[in-house]
Amino acid sequence: MAETHLSPRNIPDRLEGRGARLLKSWESLLFVVACLIFIGNSLASPYFLDPWNLSDATFNFTEKAMIAFAMALVIISGEIDLSVASIIALASTAMGYAVQLGFDTPALVVVGLSVGLACGVVNGLLITGLGLPSIVVTIGTMSLFRGLSFIILGDQAFTGYPGSFSWFGQGYVWWVFSFEFTLFVVLAVIYGVVLHKTNFGRAVYAIGNNQTAALFSGIRVGRVKFTLFLLTGLMAGLASICLTSRLGSTRPSIALGWELEVVTMVVLGGVSILGGSGTIPGVVLAALIMGMVTFGFGLLNVPGIVMSIFIGLLLISVIALPILWRRARRRLAH
Amino acid sequence: MAKLLKNRELLLVGAILVLVVLIAWRFPPFIAPTNLARVYNDTSILIILALGQMAVILTRCIDLSMAANLALSGMVAAMLNAAFPGLPIPVILLSAIALGAVLGMINGALVWKLDIPPIVVTLGTLTIYRGLIFLLTNGKWINAHQMSDAFKSFPRTDLAGIPVLSWLSVVTVAAIFLVISRTPLGRAFFAVGGNPHAAVYTGIDVGRTRFFAYCLSGTLAGLSGYLWVSRYAVAYVDIAAGFELDIIAACVIGGISIAGGIGSVPGAVLGALFLGVIKNALPVINISPFAQMAISGMVIITAVAVNARAERRKGRVILKKAEAV
Repeated sequence: MAETHLSPRNIPDRLEGRGARLLKSWESLLFVVACLIFIGNSLASPYFLDPWNLSDATFNFTEKAMIAFAMALVIISGEIDLSVASIIALASTAMGYAVQLGFDTPALVVVGLSVGLACGVVNGLLITGLGLPSIVVTIGTMSLFRGLSFIILGDQAFTGYPGSFSWFGQGYVWWVFSFEFTLFVVLAVIYGVVLHKTNFGRAVYAIGNNQTAALFSGIRVGRVKFTLFLLTGLMAGLASICLTSRLGSTRPSIALGWELEVVTMVVLGGVSILGGSGTIPGVVLAALIMGMVTFGFGLLNVPGIVMSIFIGLLLISVIALPILWRRARRRLAH
Repeated sequence: MAKLLKNRELLLVGAILVLVVLIAWRFPPFIAPTNLARVYNDTSILIILALGQMAVILTRCIDLSMAANLALSGMVAAMLNAAFPGLPIPVILLSAIALGAVLGMINGALVWKLDIPPIVVTLGTLTIYRGLIFLLTNGKWINAHQMSDAFKSFPRTDLAGIPVLSWLSVVTVAAIFLVISRTPLGRAFFAVGGNPHAAVYTGIDVGRTRFFAYCLSGTLAGLSGYLWVSRYAVAYVDIAAGFELDIIAACVIGGISIAGGIGSVPGAVLGALFLGVIKNALPVINISPFAQMAISGMVIITAVAVNARAERRKGRVILKKAEAV
């Protein structure tokens, strides 16, 4: 969140340098917080600093973070997708069904990804095709997608995934680096480049800041938004493969409530919920922070729901504090 | 005729009637008056909640924390009853309502004073309120045998042949109808949602109006909290989990525009009834209750598509393609 107050009445003699802006940025604050949590965790529990433990800790956030990257783009463009957790459930159910039909690992991956993509197409068509508000549409598809898994599964569960399928959620690429963590790093780089270094990324910011202006400057707004919803669907499919492989079973309640955690992660990463600003490094740091907090609390035997209180407080205070800070500074300036 | 067809409330009444006739065709006892009264009674809580949500949505906000607020207020009511079985029901009812109002005020204050986007605020308080139930109870349940008989029987008590629960929803509908249509606050809800900037110039405090909308939704959630817990005679962390979506669905079906400023009390009530009829009909016509979630999803999407068609503004077309976005 680079903030320069450039109004006609208030033009500074010179803009702040790159370094100063970097120091004052939201990302550097997140970095400091992440370091503090890291130090706090290693003091609180003697088991935290073990490399294998840290590797385990990454499983807390990698799947959510994959979706969070795509969600960051969606939110920057001024929309939201609340159906991601339900897409995970539906993709996982489809994969479980495919196992019953005797499909093998490569086919399962294809099934998972294509179901995710198909869900993304549904969202995208409803939102950009019919011009409906994304928040209501994705609340609807959130019910619909998970509802379909409930219809297929009822109170049953799919298990019996082939042994080779477990590699996506449980395998390691090299030493302590799991497949999921590697995927997280690769995706972070890809999304960072796409958002910050390509025309497509600039279009996403432009749409989020002023959709009409973006349209008039020749950006195909509908097409860009459609692509973004496809991407979130695809990422949810990918996350579904990892999660299903890690758990080894599918229930219709899989990944329940994840949409909130993903949105929290994105907002914590400094992406404005109103659209138009935010960065991928911010989201990466937010993912690390949430993962470490969850893992640290876990080591201290704090129950999951108490962590969710913490996440809720974090979400609100992360947005409230800068507002209060700006207000206090303005008051001091007067 | 064309005007009649465009009247959303009439359209909804028609849709509900068609639905009821279809169900009666498969299962005639469904339209027995006693059964219809039972369906209404079963939907009462959703109606009350949808009215609160409507006030919030009218002001261009959203309250995702209503179900969590309901669960927390309900749990506190149940705990009060379990700890002091002699406490009269009105006291418990009032304390649940008061707690609900306070929780709503917290949402409202965050939206008003700190300008945090409503969806973020209520997403946060949703997890916080539910987490607080866990902290209060350590995850323990309060079961029927821990509640006093008066506590459990209150919503079931017959008044002129209709249970108190139904009466309460009727009274709430009437009260909210008066507030929305006959008071400056009700008009302010529409003004703020329709055009916040214009509302400021007409002397309406946008933040304060939103704050009151959240107070209203919180109060109604608190009331529903007690009703829910006493009706189902059990309280635990996850009661009404996910119900916030049903509430929003009822509003969307009822024609309340998520962009604010458009909606009516009869619309919200009919939207809730539509969902209530579906929910009660599925088991009797042999559709698995597991299908209910997918059906509400379809209904939400259909309703919002229909709404959008009705609301599409017929402004001057400057750039043809701008309309297509």
